[in-house]
Amino acid sequence: MAEPVHLTYERLPVGSAGKISGGWWGVVTLIVTEACLFGYLLFCFFYLNSQSEQEWPPDGLPGLLIPGINTVILLSSSVCVWVAERGIHQDRAAWTILGLVAALVLGTCFVAIQLIEWSNKPYGMTTDLYGSLYFTITGFHMAHVVIGLAVLLLLLVWAGLGYFDSKRYAAMTIGGAYWHFVDVVWLFVFSSLYLFPYI
Amino acid sequence: MADIRPAACRPSSAMRRLTRLTLLGGLTFASAICPAETLHAPLNYFMHSFGPAARPTMYLGWVLAGISVAVGFIIAFLLIMAVRRQRPTAGEREIGREDEGMQWIYMGTGISTCVLTALVVYSMMVLNAVAKPPEAPAVTVTVTAYDWWWKVEYDHPDPAQHIVTANEIRIPVGQPVLVKLKSADVIHGFWVPTLAGKTQAIPGLVNQQWIQADIPGRYTGQCTQYCGAAHARMGFEVIAEAAADFEKWREAQRQPASSGVAVSEDSGYKLFMDRCAGCHAIKGTDAAGPHAPDLTHLNSRKRLAAGLLTNTPDNLMDWVTRAQQLKPGSRMPSIYLSEAEGEALSAFLSKLD
Amino acid sequence: MASADITPPRIDDDFPARLPETGRAPQGSDIERKLAATWESQPGWRGWLSTVDHKAVGLRYIVTSFVFLVIGGIEALIIRIQLAQPDQSVLTPEQYNQLFTMHGVTMIFLYSLPILSGFSNYLWPLLLGSRDMAFPRLNAFSYWIFLFAGIFMYASFPIGQAPNGGWFNYVPFSGPMYNTGPNIDVFALGMVLLGISTSVGSANFVVTLFRMRAPGMTINRVPILVWGTLTASVANLLVVPSVSLAFFLLWLDRQIGTYFFDVANGGKPLLWQHLFWIFGHPWVYAVVLPAMGIVSDALPTFCRRPLVGYTAMALATMATMLIGMEVWIHHMFATGLPTVALSIFGAASMAITIPSSVAVFSWIATIWLGRPVFKTPFLFFAGFVMLFVIGGLSGVMTAAVPLDWQLNETYFIVAHLHYVLIGINVFPVVGGIYYWFPKFTGRMMDEKMGKWSFWVMFIGFNVGFFPMHWAGLLGMPRRIYTYSSRMGWDSVNMITTIGSFAFAVGVLIFLVNVAVSLKRGARASENPWDAATLEWATSSPPPPYNFAVIPTVASRHPLWEDRLNEGGARSNLTEGMLLADGRETVSTSPIDARPMAIFKMPEDSYTPFFLGLFISLVFVGLLLHWWLFTAASATAGAIALATWLWPREELAQRATTQGATHG
Repeated sequence: MAEPVHLTYERLPVGSAGKISGGWWGVVTLIVTEACLFGYLLFCFFYLNSQSEQEWPPDGLPGLLIPGINTVILLSSSVCVWVAERGIHQDRAAWTILGLVAALVLGTCFVAIQLIEWSNKPYGMTTDLYGSLYFTITGFHMAHVVIGLAVLLLLLVWAGLGYFDSKRYAAMTIGGAYWHFVDVVWLFVFSSLYLFPYI
Repeated sequence: MADIRPAACRPSSAMRRLTRLTLLGGLTFASAICPAETLHAPLNYFMHSFGPAARPTMYLGWVLAGISVAVGFIIAFLLIMAVRRQRPTAGEREIGREDEGMQWIYMGTGISTCVLTALVVYSMMVLNAVAKPPEAPAVTVTVTAYDWWWKVEYDHPDPAQHIVTANEIRIPVGQPVLVKLKSADVIHGFWVPTLAGKTQAIPGLVNQQWIQADIPGRYTGQCTQYCGAAHARMGFEVIAEAAADFEKWREAQRQPASSGVAVSEDSGYKLFMDRCAGCHAIKGTDAAGPHAPDLTHLNSRKRLAAGLLTNTPDNLMDWVTRAQQLKPGSRMPSIYLSEAEGEALSAFLSKLD
Repeated sequence: MASADITPPRIDDDFPARLPETGRAPQGSDIERKLAATWESQPGWRGWLSTVDHKAVGLRYIVTSFVFLVIGGIEALIIRIQLAQPDQSVLTPEQYNQLFTMHGVTMIFLYSLPILSGFSNYLWPLLLGSRDMAFPRLNAFSYWIFLFAGIFMYASFPIGQAPNGGWFNYVPFSGPMYNTGPNIDVFALGMVLLGISTSVGSANFVVTLFRMRAPGMTINRVPILVWGTLTASVANLLVVPSVSLAFFLLWLDRQIGTYFFDVANGGKPLLWQHLFWIFGHPWVYAVVLPAMGIVSDALPTFCRRPLVGYTAMALATMATMLIGMEVWIHHMFATGLPTVALSIFGAASMAITIPSSVAVFSWIATIWLGRPVFKTPFLFFAGFVMLFVIGGLSGVMTAAVPLDWQLNETYFIVAHLHYVLIGINVFPVVGGIYYWFPKFTGRMMDEKMGKWSFWVMFIGFNVGFFPMHWAGLLGMPRRIYTYSSRMGWDSVNMITTIGSFAFAVGVLIFLVNVAVSLKRGARASENPWDAATLEWATSSPPPPYNFAVIPTVASRHPLWEDRLNEGGARSNLTEGMLLADGRETVSTSPIDARPMAIFKMPEDSYTPFFLGLFISLVFVGLLLHWWLFTAASATAGAIALATWLWPREELAQRATTQGATHG
């Protein structure tokens, strides 16, 4: 009769440990399904565009200056979050706080500028089909930015309370990943709504 | 196999070969002479087809159904055998070995794959045969689906010659006819199963379906896309006639209502203008309602209320006064009429031939 | 294979880490008592509201979805009374339309996937040798949302304003022009809400599979049910957003005035069909693959041998979904798309037969080469194989494009989908309940009543639903509230009605059996069926901590190893990691299941319930246009979520000043 297996036991990390934590895997699944959501939103955009007989966009080519600047702002906020993460890895709490505050400020700027961009549009959500698409897609993204800002704010509070150090920082990795996702998905939204009409 | 059909409706040569391949092909003859009206189930597309847009599909159905039944029996047999077969006695706690039995999967899947590949090829060939008519259709009909009836139009460059009728599509026998499908409201499904498969009528789109009847007769059609309250009562008919009869019918339909109809002193006419003309139109009168079936040649039609009733004077008045009971939810209201009004309206409607 | 795995991290000397304590923990030992105290939920309503135990959540899923099954079944019976004879007026058309819509919505969304989530929630940690799912609170949350979404979708039923657009709810019929009541809004918002439940549940399954298996349970040793649910969950993560988006856009069209589906303003009805079926078709596989997994895992127990072709079956499961995700167009053959596209999608749809035949021949070979034990579950599983084949064959017929132009939207499709959903979902589920009832409750179900329930259900089902194929071939369209006698459908409908009532009697016998056996069934031992998998290695019902000792797995059939005699090492179920410092379990690497970390599992918590409640109230607010209420509920939800996520020392989510616990 064969012997029962015996594991050789090694020391195992206890609790949330960076990318081997359950939460990291959780946020990856969340990002996958959210990425699909944006995929379907853009599918609607391109499908209706391809089926439309009217001029697209109906009010002429969109201006690129403000949204272009806004894109740069959003991407730099991602860099700030990255700095914050690096900070925690190296036990430099100040960098973490600074990075998160900067990311929050930049993210808020993005929201404010996006609101201005919205109010500058000559059409609204219920003006025509293009307006419906434009405001729904950018609205979905805006909702994600707002949620992301809330996440960053929580991270800032937690970091301020000294919850994280160079060993325990899974929440930073997880929250940061969400923010990076929100930024990357903007590139797709921006390319589709702003750059694509120029092609 | 004798082909009794006129040359125009013979299937393409590829299809003919296919037909011969079909073991059950001999039944073509039997089903082709069976008059559509006498069918026990007028929508029975599985046993009956009356034109080249439906017949190859019917054979495909037979082949697939035959294979399915055969496979079903084989699996049932294997399953029963597997359950019941004698086995060497073994200890209560004995467990069979894991690594046996793969040949079942190899063989079963192998055979299924071969059969399947053949079926894919066969169904592509059928698709090719029924997707487009063998020749350009001579007649084009525009059918617009409404909640819950069908507007049927025969276009003509001269608007005066334009024919508008309802719930009845007349076609010449032995010729492909192109049906352009539109919808005025929601999605409906256009289906004359013994002549062709179904196609959705989608608002904002113009879909196409071709039909052809090889023998004269009346072929029942039905809406197949769920569209609301009276979806069940949204039928229609395709009537195939000899080319000469079709021409005669078309000529008659092009005419406005006869001059005796629009007599302003006629109380029936006044009643119609008062109560009906908001929705119904009669060419040659002031009635031009766009929402409901055109009644110019009402009495030339075989059925009423989208296939619900046979078109008789009694049924017609029954429909006018009790539409909501007969077809609940219909856009046609039940119209209250006194006895005198009823008679007047009935007399007026009887002139719409 | 190992190369694809994640290497366990190198641990810094000062990282909070410890050598897992190992040993034995027999019933009644100190360590066992400590585990029981740690994992037990509070008694009474507090525990009921706050428990995150996957077994409690699983049973709730099962019971709730069975309630929905009964409701949907009663709706079906009323429909069958209306259709028993031509030109009946038991129901008005509007009542009929609401009933058939709610029947479909209930069965497809509120029964068929949730019931399988119930099985998987209950069974996964037991099958995988873990103490809970990866995210126990998320699990509880997913159940609450499912329950609230179900209630939400029925909210307008009592006022005669139930959804009436059919379960696929085509626009523009379901748009603001043609459906003005609250019915479609209830459906639309309810579906978005339910989508949240499905998505988080799916995420939980995916992470659980990859991280929560017992040491040694390598990826090629997990039971087929796990493969089925994993495949379904991955698909759900990818396609549920599509339907949620579609329903949300529809709600915007109806309530805000956008134009996505408004033809007059450039919107396209076909966009709805694409978005719906991109989701809808994989969903059909999501509601059958786990059920097929139930059979693949339980049938071998009654054949006294392992499943034939484990690897082929696992691959077939994934292949089915992979193809299934590409073929949504086959629901749209009649929409006027180009013929070339149709033939590609038709061929792809037919190709699904290949993995299906792998499954069929694997089951038949398992029975053939085994020694069947004729207990009730076996009957259900063997009957299932036949129904699977019939449902599959009618599926092949509809995949042939030109034939589908005839079959589509007729009763042939109704027959096909009932063979799929009842044959491939209900039969395995009922068989599965007979099988796992002793594990769920500690009591056996009654065999005699069990056999009666099978034969009445099986015969009733076939009498009721097989003639529907014929009705479809005779041209009977689906979703008609009545028909005229001249159509020739009278007798076939009468037979169907009789059969469906017989089927209902069979279900009733089963329910009576459940009720009686709960009270008076014979006590079940740990492993009453002499089965092979890990859930039978613990007591019936299992203790709150599942396994006092985390099992170490050495094969696919831990409880049959000695008798299979395949050589190699033996699984170790009596000695191993104890992990009793609070709620803990071991997390392993995704492929080879090597221990990677000790996971701190959360205590019971009210936050899942409250978060679920607040999110549901957001939807109530949206439905009623109470914008302030919506905002308030959203804020409350955000607070609940922040509470939930707040890093806690007990869960080792925060930096500790003392450094490592247990050095």
